[in-house]
Amino acid sequence: MVESTAAKAPATNRLGLTQADYKGSPSTLCDGCGHDAITSQIIKAAYELALEPHKVAKLSGIGCSSKTPAYFLSRSHGFNAVHGRMPSIATGASAANKELTLMAVSGDGDTASIGLGQFCHIVRRNVPLVYIVENNGVYGLTKGQFSATADIGTKSKGGDVNEFPPIDLCGLALELGCSFVARSFAGDPKQLVTLLKAALSHNGTAILDVISPCVTFNNHESSTKSYKRAKETEMPLHEIGYIPFYEQIAADYEPGSTIDVKMHDGSHIVLKKLHQDYDPTDRFQAMTTIYKANQDKQFLTGLLYIDEKKTSLTEMLHTVDKPLASLTQAELRPGKDALIEIMASLM
Amino acid sequence: MTSLAPESEKTLDKSRIVNDFSIHVATINGSGSQSSNNVLMRSIFQMGIPVSGKNLFPSNIAGLPTWFTIRVNKNGYIARKKEVDILVAMNPQTAFEDVKSLPTGAVCVSPVELKLDAIRSDVHHYQVPFTELAAQATDQIKLRKLLTNMIYVGVVGELINLDFKEVEIAIARQFEGKQKAIDLNVTAVNKGREWAKENIKKADPYVVERLNLTKGKIIIDGNAAAAIGCVFAGVSVVTWYPITPSSSLAESLEEYLEQYRKDKDGKATFAVIQAEDELAAIGMALGAGWAGTRSMTTTSGPGISLMSEFVGLGYFAEIPAVIFDVQRVGPSTGMPTRTAQADLFSAYQLSHGDTKHIVLLPGSVEECYQMAMDAFDLSERFQTPVFVLSDLDIGMNNWMANPFPYPTKDLDRGKVLTAEQLNKLGEFARYKDVDGDGIPYRTLPGTNSPIAAYFTRGSGHNEKAQYTERPDDYENLMNRLNKKYDTARKYVPKPEIITEKDAKIGLIAFGSSNPAIMESRDQLKVANISTSYFRLKAIPFTEDLRKFVESYDRIYVVEQNRDAQLRELITMELPEYATKLKSVLHYDGLPIDARFITDAIMAEER
Ligand SMILES: Cc1ncc(C[n+]2csc(CCOP(=O)(O)OP(=O)(O)O)c2C)c(N)n1
Ligand code: SF4
Repeated sequence: MVESTAAKAPATNRLGLTQADYKGSPSTLCDGCGHDAITSQIIKAAYELALEPHKVAKLSGIGCSSKTPAYFLSRSHGFNAVHGRMPSIATGASAANKELTLMAVSGDGDTASIGLGQFCHIVRRNVPLVYIVENNGVYGLTKGQFSATADIGTKSKGGDVNEFPPIDLCGLALELGCSFVARSFAGDPKQLVTLLKAALSHNGTAILDVISPCVTFNNHESSTKSYKRAKETEMPLHEIGYIPFYEQIAADYEPGSTIDVKMHDGSHIVLKKLHQDYDPTDRFQAMTTIYKANQDKQFLTGLLYIDEKKTSLTEMLHTVDKPLASLTQAELRPGKDALIEIMASLM
Repeated sequence: MTSLAPESEKTLDKSRIVNDFSIHVATINGSGSQSSNNVLMRSIFQMGIPVSGKNLFPSNIAGLPTWFTIRVNKNGYIARKKEVDILVAMNPQTAFEDVKSLPTGAVCVSPVELKLDAIRSDVHHYQVPFTELAAQATDQIKLRKLLTNMIYVGVVGELINLDFKEVEIAIARQFEGKQKAIDLNVTAVNKGREWAKENIKKADPYVVERLNLTKGKIIIDGNAAAAIGCVFAGVSVVTWYPITPSSSLAESLEEYLEQYRKDKDGKATFAVIQAEDELAAIGMALGAGWAGTRSMTTTSGPGISLMSEFVGLGYFAEIPAVIFDVQRVGPSTGMPTRTAQADLFSAYQLSHGDTKHIVLLPGSVEECYQMAMDAFDLSERFQTPVFVLSDLDIGMNNWMANPFPYPTKDLDRGKVLTAEQLNKLGEFARYKDVDGDGIPYRTLPGTNSPIAAYFTRGSGHNEKAQYTERPDDYENLMNRLNKKYDTARKYVPKPEIITEKDAKIGLIAFGSSNPAIMESRDQLKVANISTSYFRLKAIPFTEDLRKFVESYDRIYVVEQNRDAQLRELITMELPEYATKLKSVLHYDGLPIDARFITDAIMAEER
């Protein structure tokens, strides 16, 4: 191809949108915050998957992490809920309009402390959405208190030592029967964007626990959720590849050394085995692997578990084909006969 | 059998009291008396006589005392009547107290072994060998306890001259389709009836005679009525968490939805989700309202308290949702199965900061039906949570009513912009007061237009829904919300005002107090006190309130709470009339009765 002298037009995706079309307003988070790195990968994943922005709804709770939906997909409706209670908003929105792609962002405080109940129940109902926990082990927005995911012995910036054991959200999600559980790191853009794309193709609750260092309150020596520590201890389970439904499966994934998971929309997740023999469709193995890694203070990343066949809330509600939100009065209000019948039964 | 003062047949006849008495059935909770009481009440209703039933039950599944009151009244008074005319004393635990509290001349039907005649000699005692009769009715020991209840229906029926054809119809209805149960219950009723015919020498005055005042009427409780209203309002997402006395609203709603809201392929035009708690229930309702469906949740006091934070978000971010609060006695767990009107403050101002909500106040089962529809219209028109404040008395008791009319008004879906409209407009600002009525336009997620999207947040925002902490932006937003609230005054249900020309005093009340007030006004009239009556149906107040308060020397605000919540709200609205406003407050957990109101007002007016 001959290079043109004019300014090169930016690349576009299948919809003819540029990556910039998937951006939001400028971030107001601290420079270097892990959350911004995740935002970039969300933008990239949405662009590469060519999501139609108007079909996406972004949801969050309260916290630095929960502010991030403002920084991506400005052409999508957004909802900043109350602290810890985003899952219920998402559940209602999903019931009202099953055609929406729901992208939810929460913090570890938002999810593992005040929102633990709603987290459990959205997983239990298998509400179709991508649920990203931007996990930094602290409350960022309220200035550095420990969250429930902080590891035992972690020191706060002020020197306090955390004496309580952490809640492992991936382990909990598995226990609750979550149909997609993954863990990643804000400093590993390649893996993160692939997991995000895979999660977006999943028909059910996809939990993505992403270590996202808080550079202001939790990026120091003793922190187990700092950039340095995460980089040093990260142990990817496999090399993950994602092939969208409109592409052929690439030939360089030799059978035998890879696991291929076909998703309901026709896309594929391809997992190339690394040193370990890990089957992400085996829930029992997933649980023991996580527990062992936690014991060994290892930081496992990758697709921990997937059950692409589990029934989602949408299916369980047995609603009409159209979204409930689009129904008209004629479809919503029964006729006169119905009322007459009801009244007769009460006479 | 003993009976008071030997009366000649002749004087007895003269003192017949026809179609005007109350029956009080005392049983043990869980003993299955519900169906018998329904049959008794329905049979009277089918004879064309106005009747109302109130179930006074404990917050317990089995074992504790329960009372069911049936008020028979030819004038159509359906409020609670405190005096018991006929007591059916089936509960040994309470029998002593129950009999002691009877007025002289009352009737007591009781099991012979309780020997209640020893307690009072100024009462007509009819002692019945229930155990023996039950044994005759069935040889299945397990069924005897249940059938005992049907036997008292037979005894009381014979006593008051009930038409047993109606009893049979009522039984068939109660046990619809279950022929064995129908036969067994009819047998039991007849056992009681025959025994009474042979053994009771009637010495009391209470009888029924056929009237034609109930033809075409229905019997229904407020929760079922509200549920029907919701179905015809087109509710699509229902989220709830069980709590007495609101559970039956959600449960009957689900039943009606299953029956009447499926398409031809059997697929639902609704979703019902039993939430994990009230925080989630209101969150889901708001999520669904935001996404464009008519959504609702049902609860009672403790649930309302939990919903506080989210309801504030709904108000501030302007999201529709309907909240049914079927009030019970608080604070805290309070008395879960007793009635009150004490959530008015909390519903009106739920959440922190400057918040105030639209609150609808149904005073009858008909209004539970109608206001369910009004609530959804208002909620979508004003893009805000709307409360419907019913209570246990309306919600869980059976009331006689006219059949509900089919809605004549189309659904008001409010100001929602479609993609086509947006593209034509070329611009959109979510929180801009375009029409000067304080109500902005909204778009729904999924709208295919590049300018449709906006960000919903509970934090400070400007007209474009962007985050802001600018003082002027916040002030403008709060002022517009107030303007919107003022606009709502023109849309909420209008009060019912009854004016008497010569009246010097006015009464103001809302909700389930209505029947007692209507009866009390008649009682006051007999005492030469004429009253005008203003029945509030919604907050915000309409202009009519000022006019009414201005027109009278004294205003009695009658309500079922300790702190005079309505009077306080009226005082806030019309501080210049504060001294005119007097309170009649009833808050023992039982439904208010006419005599209580009459006595309270007479004491002041004399
Ligand atoms: C009901 C309620 N309680 C407390 C707060 C204060 N608050 C705001 S953000 C936050 C913690 C956020 O921490 P996390 O979810 O970990 O997010 P991060 O800021 O670390 O990204 C808290 C406690 C609140 N907004 N609402
Ligand atoms: S305080 Fe921490 S979490 Fe919040 S923006 Fe700054 S770095 Fe990020």
